[in-house]
Amino acid sequence: MNGRTDSGADAVVVTGVSVVAPGGLGTEEYWKSVLTGRSGIGELTRFDVTRYPARLAGQIRDFEAADHLPSRLLPQTDVSTRYALAAAAWALADAGVAAGTLPDYDMGVVTSTSQGGFEFTHREFNKLWSKGPQHVSVYESFAWFYAVNTGQISIRHGMRGPSAALVAEQAGGLDAVGHARRTVRRGTRLVLSGGVDSAFDPWGWVAQSASGRVTTATDPERAYLPFDTAASGHVPAEGGAILVVEDAGSARLRGAERIYGTLAGYASTFDPRPGSGRPPGLRRTAELALADAGLAPGDVDVVFADAAGVPELDRAEAAAISGLFGPNAVPVTAPKSVTGRMYAGGGPADLVAALLAVRDSVVPATAHTTSVPAGYGIDLVLGEPRALPVRAALVLARGRWGFNSAVVVTGPTR
Amino acid sequence: MTRRVVITGIGVRTPGGLGTKAFWSLLSEGRTATRRISRFDPSPFRSRIAGEVDFDAEAEGFSPREVRRMDRATQFAVACTRDAVADSGLETTALDPARIGVSLGSAVASATSLEREYLVLSDSGRQWLVDDGFLSPHMADYLSPGVMPAEVAWSVGAEGPVTMVSDGCTSGLDAVGHGVQLIREGTVDVVLAGASDTPVSPIVVACFDAIKATTPRNDDPEHASRPFDGSRNGFVLAEGAAMFVLEEYEAARARGAQIYAEVGGFATRCNAYHMTGLKTDGREMAEAIRAALDEARLDRTAVDYVNAHGSGTKQNDRHETAALKRSLGAHAYDVPVSSIKSMVGHSLGAIGSIEIAACALAIRTNVVPPTANLHTPDPECDLDYVPLTARDKQVDTVLSVGSGFGGFQSAMVLHRPEVAA
Repeated sequence: MNGRTDSGADAVVVTGVSVVAPGGLGTEEYWKSVLTGRSGIGELTRFDVTRYPARLAGQIRDFEAADHLPSRLLPQTDVSTRYALAAAAWALADAGVAAGTLPDYDMGVVTSTSQGGFEFTHREFNKLWSKGPQHVSVYESFAWFYAVNTGQISIRHGMRGPSAALVAEQAGGLDAVGHARRTVRRGTRLVLSGGVDSAFDPWGWVAQSASGRVTTATDPERAYLPFDTAASGHVPAEGGAILVVEDAGSARLRGAERIYGTLAGYASTFDPRPGSGRPPGLRRTAELALADAGLAPGDVDVVFADAAGVPELDRAEAAAISGLFGPNAVPVTAPKSVTGRMYAGGGPADLVAALLAVRDSVVPATAHTTSVPAGYGIDLVLGEPRALPVRAALVLARGRWGFNSAVVVTGPTR
Repeated sequence: MTRRVVITGIGVRTPGGLGTKAFWSLLSEGRTATRRISRFDPSPFRSRIAGEVDFDAEAEGFSPREVRRMDRATQFAVACTRDAVADSGLETTALDPARIGVSLGSAVASATSLEREYLVLSDSGRQWLVDDGFLSPHMADYLSPGVMPAEVAWSVGAEGPVTMVSDGCTSGLDAVGHGVQLIREGTVDVVLAGASDTPVSPIVVACFDAIKATTPRNDDPEHASRPFDGSRNGFVLAEGAAMFVLEEYEAARARGAQIYAEVGGFATRCNAYHMTGLKTDGREMAEAIRAALDEARLDRTAVDYVNAHGSGTKQNDRHETAALKRSLGAHAYDVPVSSIKSMVGHSLGAIGSIEIAACALAIRTNVVPPTANLHTPDPECDLDYVPLTARDKQVDTVLSVGSGFGGFQSAMVLHRPEVAA
């Protein structure tokens, strides 16, 4: 199938999903937490966080790595890689793909992380400088680097097709899925894709705070408040999501059990240089993704917002959405409010939420947020989930420094 | 009609002299630029040698503020970007910013700055609970490598897709392959693509010490990188960067641009075998080579020169030799194969792009760079590795290959535009 090109390519669909998120281990637990507003945010317990100004985190508390991974993988993996490996296995099981279902070169892996195996590497920095080079782990050379999740997933599942690791801070997860779609269109039948992050060691924790975008609020219910008048920054989280991205024809051919939806459109852009005075690129990104999907703004039933939780960034995103769709013209939601921001994992988790919204005809509410400035001009779903048929959803993500990405998903029968 | 993509500008920062001219002199004269590490005291380490770049940020025009903000690898990338744009003659300000993208490769990204900030925050490793009283606002800029392509984008005013491709030691090939794809599919018309890595820092040296991947030949730094030689015992770590202006071919021709080479094909595969180990059969690299030639619509006998991964580890040299035989057949014995890592060392994610620069210059000058330090080939490595001295040869089509931790195997085919069918 190597000769196939973009022109006239079949649809690219999602046939399996999995989420590893605070308060929601596994897809259905995650979805339940999102629909009920059950928050995964609390005080970080991995170390004594009381000496630092920011203390709240979206921490995964119910993941026992030994329950999910072969023991030989434990000494060589950072916690983020363990999440990625567990999520990958669950997504493949969900898609009904086992070893031998497809030839090895017909399966690839494209993932994103924004921080790499940070806790693992912090321990190795500590050993190097407190004890000496001979104490550094034989696994450090590959437990830290940003390609680790792609490599480990590829090895565990015998996937030898075109693979990559992309980094674009918090937009990278959607870029990975966009690139997986591109890879399928160019002839690889199936690509496992998504993003995962975790940096909840002391160094990773303060490094995240250095962005100036992390809230120092102490009440978990009033900490990360996207689009709220009281927004004061975000709560860092760990986790993410992995999706099975597949050629529609190939999925039919192997008798895939279900199709969650179609990856109908994708685009990524970069903001103008700081100080240029020109508007940020988010709206243009959404327009390009819609054009790629062949849809008009009126076709979109819900927008999953990036939802920075920083007033200036919320205002800019609200302006992009209301400018493109019209004031209060489309429901907007941010399931990240129950998990915190999972960095490269956030966009893929939103993508899964969008596909489940399609499946269940319901839009989850944005938890914790109560009061949206009228001037934002967005219909943010608050309080209770909203029942409505979802045929097309737009998922947005932004990364620090100016990354913008957008994916359009449509229902399987569209 | 498939859009074709060409290289119209090159910028490099490599050991042994700054800029494209110095780089090519070093390679075509078969000189080496590996030496005892000077960036820190290497005496506690097993491997104490590296290919270092004599880079002067101030002389490169970076302001003190930029120097504080940008990691060394980012500075390399931006410096190379400026050179590549100037070399191409492209007026980037006259282009639609939305039609310019960035695809930057790096394996360890801001490792240098991370280590520097770590020492400050942890009292040189004494504290596990780091002291945020010493937190630099730039710490968040080093936490995620995304800042590196962002700085490149700002330097040229790119507003199309901007990303980092971080596939370990194939990043430099893969980032250019990604950029080519963005132009082919019509998303953008110009991409600043390439890679940068500055891993000559204690943590990275210690990483490779731990698995004995780097050579301990500390008493003879200039002759320590010996790909394919029977006496080789590991690679020599290095730093460096290369950036390219990639352009859609018709647009480049229309503006009368100099064209170094067309990127005819690119493919990558994973070995799904081991995070650092390689099988001896070379199967997945061979498949990547086959797919790249297929995309370029060229027969394997068209390859005039193979730029090898040639890291100088026993397992790589044998794996790669097997992959070339498997993919090129009898032609593997006829085509010159060389490793420039023998001269500039192995700069992890950057080297794939630096090697693309060498391939483009081999096509431009019809000179095949040699494998330095190759006196007695490993009997299991029985191809023509161009030992010691460069060779004059008509070079129309080049194959460059790379292999990296995580199991990545990549191949790229570059050729004169006239070669295309």
